[in-house]
Amino acid sequence: MLEVKNLHVSVGGRKILDGLNLTVKDGEVAAIMGPNGTGKSTLSYVIAGREDYEVEEGEVLLDGVNILEMDATERANAGVFLAFQYPLEIPGVATMTFLKAALNAQARARGQGELQTPDFMKKVREAAGKLGVGQDMLKRPLNVGFSGGEKKRMEILQMALLQPKIGILDETDSGLDIDALRIVADGVNALRAKDRSFLVITHYQRLLDYIKPDTVHVMAKGKIARTGGPELALELEKSGYAAFTGEAA
Amino acid sequence: MNKPVLQRQRTEAEVALIERFDQGDRRLVGASALRADAMRRFAEAGLPNRRVEAWHYTDLRGVMRSAALVRAPETATLPVARECLTKPVAQTGAFRFVIFNGAYNEELSSSGPLPAGVTVTSLAAALAAGDADVLGALKADGPGTGDAIVALNTALMQDGIVIRVMPGAKVERPLAILNLMSGGFAQAAFLRSILLVGAGASVSLDETTAVCMPDATQANEALTVVVGDGARVDYAAQVAEQGEGAVAVHGLFVTMGANARFNGFCLVPVAGLVRRQIFARLEGEHSTISLGGLSLLRGKEHADTTLVVDHAVPNCVSREFFRHILDHESTGVFQGKVVVRQHAQKTDGGMKSQALVLGEDASMNNKPELEIFADDVVCGHGATVGQLDANQIFYLQARGLSRGEAESLLLEAFANEALELVADESIRARYAAQAADWLAHRSGQ
Repeated sequence: MLEVKNLHVSVGGRKILDGLNLTVKDGEVAAIMGPNGTGKSTLSYVIAGREDYEVEEGEVLLDGVNILEMDATERANAGVFLAFQYPLEIPGVATMTFLKAALNAQARARGQGELQTPDFMKKVREAAGKLGVGQDMLKRPLNVGFSGGEKKRMEILQMALLQPKIGILDETDSGLDIDALRIVADGVNALRAKDRSFLVITHYQRLLDYIKPDTVHVMAKGKIARTGGPELALELEKSGYAAFTGEAA
Repeated sequence: MNKPVLQRQRTEAEVALIERFDQGDRRLVGASALRADAMRRFAEAGLPNRRVEAWHYTDLRGVMRSAALVRAPETATLPVARECLTKPVAQTGAFRFVIFNGAYNEELSSSGPLPAGVTVTSLAAALAAGDADVLGALKADGPGTGDAIVALNTALMQDGIVIRVMPGAKVERPLAILNLMSGGFAQAAFLRSILLVGAGASVSLDETTAVCMPDATQANEALTVVVGDGARVDYAAQVAEQGEGAVAVHGLFVTMGANARFNGFCLVPVAGLVRRQIFARLEGEHSTISLGGLSLLRGKEHADTTLVVDHAVPNCVSREFFRHILDHESTGVFQGKVVVRQHAQKTDGGMKSQALVLGEDASMNNKPELEIFADDVVCGHGATVGQLDANQIFYLQARGLSRGEAESLLLEAFANEALELVADESIRARYAAQAADWLAHRSGQ
């Protein structure tokens, strides 16, 4: 279970998150919607452990443990996975090399043995096949020259291999056409499990047609302005965010 | 009392080097006029220093306080060489020629018949015999002729390997030159090898410089390559092992005919100071030269790559791609000059130097230059100096890699992209292993 309690975060003296509270239960898919610049990506980065943010107050608990004390590596190994809005290109690092390094790093951190190469290859091929990630993509340097859709599929492939406790999808739908959106959503849905939760950050209701959320939170001005069920997303699609930004002001 | 007044005091090292020549080292056989002229030029200029533009970032006069002694090629040190040859760096499937303590050593070299189309002699033997091709090649250093350290090499060259590849010969097995010093004390060597490649021939040459017992050695080595029309040469070089306070200067002189290809690479993962200078001249149309390198520096190491590529004729292509990783207090230098002469229309030139500066006290000096006198050319250069990308490190950490693992992966990738330029697969694998060792040493700190 992920619990964000009274989280205050600033960057360069500018307040971004202003006492945010949020709970995502095991097995839950929570969507966060909200206008541009309201701190949605900041929330995802702060949970994943990016260092450029100043956490002034509050806690982020994963199964009761405050992960704000940990660095990004430790959080990943504890089960946090951030699917980046803009996945980084890493020239010179073959995708397979990277995948193996990540899987082995997490296995070591959890006291498990490293995967043997044939097992690793099999695992990757299976997961890749479901996401339409071809062998040629796996041979290329990580994300280099990938289209927007390919990059997002690669993020979901990593999530499928790393099996996190919580998957944070930061605008995974941006830059995707309908077909790619469906593939990515199917990938996420296949990973839904009783002990795994998701935080789906998006601007649009469209993604939520494919990944059905249990709860929808509206974020405005650095905090959660309203929480509801899937119907809230439909309501937003009609009325926009103006009411919420006004309400939060 | 009638001696000319010197404008400046010669240093102890300069005096010793000039005296060595004047006293007539009996091992300096042949080419006496060439040597005398070269020594005159060296004596005039002295050791290169900051005031010489091409040596601005590498003050050899300041670094070389004294001139190390040249060791006699006595047999007592042979076991040292044999042990040295068991090290990974000497493991090569190539047909190998070993120069040990300043002299070609047949015993340490590969045995059996030479690859077809190849003939080999020692430089000392060629000079003693007054070999016209060799003397001609030595005169053809082109833009390198004005360099004092090249002049010093010509004056004091002890030995080297002269390799001739017959026209049309496709030499399958790579050739290797191993310049070996026993070390154990501050020792010097002056070596000059020559590779003459006939028209339409192809060959791969791998040159390695190493000191068995690393010490403050001084190596002054040079390789002259003449690439015939339609010939192809792949060349890889590295200074593999030397000690603290050591100085290695390596000159590479390439002249190319028409429709020829030269692909050269140098690796520098080593203590002390290394200066590589490359002087290449494209003399025949439709030729391509590619020069690349990787320098991995730590501590107070200093590596300088200075090159001049001279497009003397139209329709040639030149590419330079050098990468540098600088840790601790190390210093990197890249000076690249591409000259396009007035008639060299349709020249296609591209030069890149990229450095990652990891150490707070490390520094990189980049000086790319283009001198273009023709009006229909495509030439570009780029030089970057930066640090590891914090976003990339975060991305990798967010997948569970430790910061150290993330850095190593990114550094290895940076290095490997340069190593891709090494044409020969086995040499590339050996260099990649050395780069991996260097990185492992770094992350193990």
